Amino acid sequence: MKFVEEYRDPDLAKKLLERIHKNSRKSIRLMEFCGGHTVAIFRHGIRQLLPDTIKMLSGPGCPVCVTASADLDKAIALADMKDVIVASFGDMVRVPGSYSSLQKAKADGADIRIVYSVQDALAIASENPGKQVVFVGIGFETTAPTVAASVLQAQTEEIVNYSILSLHKICPPVMKAILDLGEVNLSGIICPGHVSAIIGSHPYQFIPDHYGIACAVSGFEPLDILLAVDMLVGQIESGQPRVEIAYRRGVKPEGNTQAVKLMESVFEVSDANWRGIGAIPASGLRLRGEYGKYDAEKRFEIEPGPAIEPKGCICGSILRGVSTPLECRLFRRTCTPESPVGPCMVSSEGTCATYYYYQGS
Amino acid sequence: MCLAIPALIKTINGQQAEVDIEGVTRGVSLQLTPEARVGDYVLLHTGYAISIIDEAEAEETMKLLKELSEAN
Ligand code: SF4
Repeated sequence: MKFVEEYRDPDLAKKLLERIHKNSRKSIRLMEFCGGHTVAIFRHGIRQLLPDTIKMLSGPGCPVCVTASADLDKAIALADMKDVIVASFGDMVRVPGSYSSLQKAKADGADIRIVYSVQDALAIASENPGKQVVFVGIGFETTAPTVAASVLQAQTEEIVNYSILSLHKICPPVMKAILDLGEVNLSGIICPGHVSAIIGSHPYQFIPDHYGIACAVSGFEPLDILLAVDMLVGQIESGQPRVEIAYRRGVKPEGNTQAVKLMESVFEVSDANWRGIGAIPASGLRLRGEYGKYDAEKRFEIEPGPAIEPKGCICGSILRGVSTPLECRLFRRTCTPESPVGPCMVSSEGTCATYYYYQGS
Repeated sequence: MCLAIPALIKTINGQQAEVDIEGVTRGVSLQLTPEARVGDYVLLHTGYAISIIDEAEAEETMKLLKELSEAN
């Protein structure tokens, strides 16, 4: 595939690794924020190929994993309502909430549809005028503009039985929250590639400016990631942290301004709950007042009751980069991708699932 | 979840386009990249093109990668 294959060239990767080995002197800790990066790093065995000076940590960049139990319970409560169809991306359906999961609700008769795109959810709404279709809006800035576009489309096409349970979250505030917690002593961050395709690289500028931490926006092929690591090593060794882009073919410094405009016209920033971290100010997106009729939380009375977290699951500290799945007593024993206890094992890019598939036994 | 893959635009009809991904044709929305043209590669995420791949920048990055590995 063009723009993929050439970034997997083993010869170039080997030479770039040699360069990183030669240049990396200080002992550093780098966090890859995005779950897609975690998977790519494990799939290509990058952690093992890096010098001992570089320790890689995985961050909270899996939207399924960071969805709080209480929010998932709302989706399940909606699915249990009469004449409601809940549409969701696949991974979300298997995540255990406090008492149930969307999958269990479906087995018990709830109408839950797995969709590949929010456009599919909109199509279900126009095909089922007698029902209410609620789309479970998860995802970061990469996905939120698509959901915003669907709301505008619903308005234009006068689809009235469509609404969003907006659990969308945005990235820079959680990066700040992790840095402020001070639990992980980071020297550099590999910034998410496709979030940045939308928001650009400027929103990370506070990280070098206020925290003195290096940043590189990366793509998802091995050479993209190695180039980002090389940039971070260069910044750290020279003592000049800044924001660089190792993924220029997909990311402009200013991002996709059209998509941001669209997202901001439908959504406004709100506080949000993150699994394992808790409430983070201004880290989520809710529908603006003028789009209130597309807001599932306004359209329905949702009372899911108090939330409980899966017992023994340490997803929360894994998402903060404090623990690894190997420290969880349930990992590989009670908790497997076939029978997941926590969300980090459900999502294909959750850190626990990634360790399960790629980290031997 | 933020996965996006390169796709080549074959035809455009209003805000919808048909793209080719390794020989497979799919419909995608261009609502987020209205300036995309036939022949552009876009990054496709959940049925939407989220950015147009910049071919000149791709070449620059390749050149940089080669320079860095030769400078060893
Ligand atoms: S292995 Fe399972 S139980 Fe343990 S932290 Fe991961 S998801 Fe939670």
